Amino acid sequence: MSKRLLKSLLAVPAAMLLLQGAAHAADAVTTDSGTTSWMLTSTALVLLMVPGLAMFYGGLVRTKNVIGTMMHSFAAMVIIGVIWPLVGYSISFGPGILGGFAGWDDKYFMLQGIDETIMSTQIPEYVFAMFQGKFAIITPALIAGAFAERVNFKGYALFIALWSIVVYSPICHWVWAGDGFLFNLGAKGAIDFAGGTVVHISSGITGLVAAIYLGKRRGYPKNVMHPNNLTMTLTGAGLLWVGWFGFNAGSAIASNLDTARALTVTQVAAASGAFTWMIIELFHHGKATSLGVASGILAGLVAITPAAGVVQPSGALALGAIASCFCYTAILIKGKLGYDDSLDAFGVHGIGGIVGALFLTFFIRSSWMADAAQKAGGSWTMLDQLGVQATAVGVTIAYAAIVSLILLFIVEKTVGLRIKENDEMSGLDHSMHGEQGYGLINLN
Amino acid sequence: MKLITAIIQPDRLDHVREALIQADITRITVSRVTGHGRQEDIEFYRGQKIAPNLIPKIRLDIAVNDEFVDITVDTIIKSATHDSGEIGDGKIFITSLEECIRIRTRERGGKAI
Repeated sequence: MSKRLLKSLLAVPAAMLLLQGAAHAADAVTTDSGTTSWMLTSTALVLLMVPGLAMFYGGLVRTKNVIGTMMHSFAAMVIIGVIWPLVGYSISFGPGILGGFAGWDDKYFMLQGIDETIMSTQIPEYVFAMFQGKFAIITPALIAGAFAERVNFKGYALFIALWSIVVYSPICHWVWAGDGFLFNLGAKGAIDFAGGTVVHISSGITGLVAAIYLGKRRGYPKNVMHPNNLTMTLTGAGLLWVGWFGFNAGSAIASNLDTARALTVTQVAAASGAFTWMIIELFHHGKATSLGVASGILAGLVAITPAAGVVQPSGALALGAIASCFCYTAILIKGKLGYDDSLDAFGVHGIGGIVGALFLTFFIRSSWMADAAQKAGGSWTMLDQLGVQATAVGVTIAYAAIVSLILLFIVEKTVGLRIKENDEMSGLDHSMHGEQGYGLINLN
Repeated sequence: MKLITAIIQPDRLDHVREALIQADITRITVSRVTGHGRQEDIEFYRGQKIAPNLIPKIRLDIAVNDEFVDITVDTIIKSATHDSGEIGDGKIFITSLEECIRIRTRERGGKAI
């Protein structure tokens, strides 16, 4: 995605110089209303995924934790919503500092330097900054599924704030900023169209580390913990699917053929993932469950996220199906290993993201490979690209796991992250928020 | 046979349930109810403290044979109490139970409980 952006950023001065020669120097780059409207729409669609995620996760926990769990998503909207314009955008998309470890540019602090900027993609930079901000919001919210029903709200709030600054933004810089090292790895860079590594692998791995570090919920796995409201979960899954069109098709930062391709493969992979999961369940248990369909939708969507710019519908069909097979197996294995990734943040986002980022290599459209070969000065094979993809995945896994573990330790020892036993038994709604989720069922 | 009806605070449900299971009382019916007691419930609504006039509670219905009444009641009292006891911790009502029938086997009386 940001390829386009960064090239465009670099191209702005050049374009201005060129145009200065021409008569109309003032309007070097003008906004394109078509692109801008689609990007505005995409920005709103990606934000819609956050309440969608709140509903998805909220329906899966026990009644006493429904508000606490939905608050994890909403808190991300609030907290990252403040951090992103302050420093997040600058750390992610500023020019590289500290040897390319992260970005920074004073003019992006509080977005003050982009008041009049029109990017070479012909959208105001405000739109791009806000579009990217939604990704920064949903990523920490995804982690919450791994340690649902057992974290202190204050500790969670501190954790996602720190995580966004020292984990999300640097990874985002490496993968999407024009001078990021993963962006420039190999012939045409590591392929991460809309956030396979940045969003799904980083959050999934962090979720796994957190679930293991914080320990199981009280009573897990001996006591069955039923979802309190699967209708809400399905509604949330539906909102996620819809919002994902903004997530993927918006990541083209355009309104053209690339957008159409991304939207098509997103739809195809989601359906293929859900279809595959449904078939697996029908054979395995004899019944297709609604949660299985919802999980398959997510597995497919997660897997196509990095690939949406480079694969064709046949590749999308394959990626959705492969992702569902891997995620289904991962969740079965989780039961055997005994760690408590409560809502399968790692099982779906971590595994799905890794599968998507690696397997997309086998389905890249030939024109992309030809282009890469040309840039590499002769040949560029699938294996070469697989190496690049594996590097990006490995770096993300290692960095997210190590830094998250340090952050978890700091937060646990200061504010406290794991909830007290008594509060866990009472439920997050009562102990953390002094509220109840389904009050309207009672007369009052 | 007795029917023990307990009204407790919602946040103590899991404590009570677990304690009852530990005491081998596993056949219970739980429902959400609302009511008036001496307790004033304080909740937050858009930053303001409000006291709703009907307060949410949990009702447990447990049918037991006479020899289990004491252990059931003691367990509920111990597990439903907040710290050293707060207004609103709840009440227990014990009523005589005339008959009990297990639908599947048509058994009646004490052995059906």
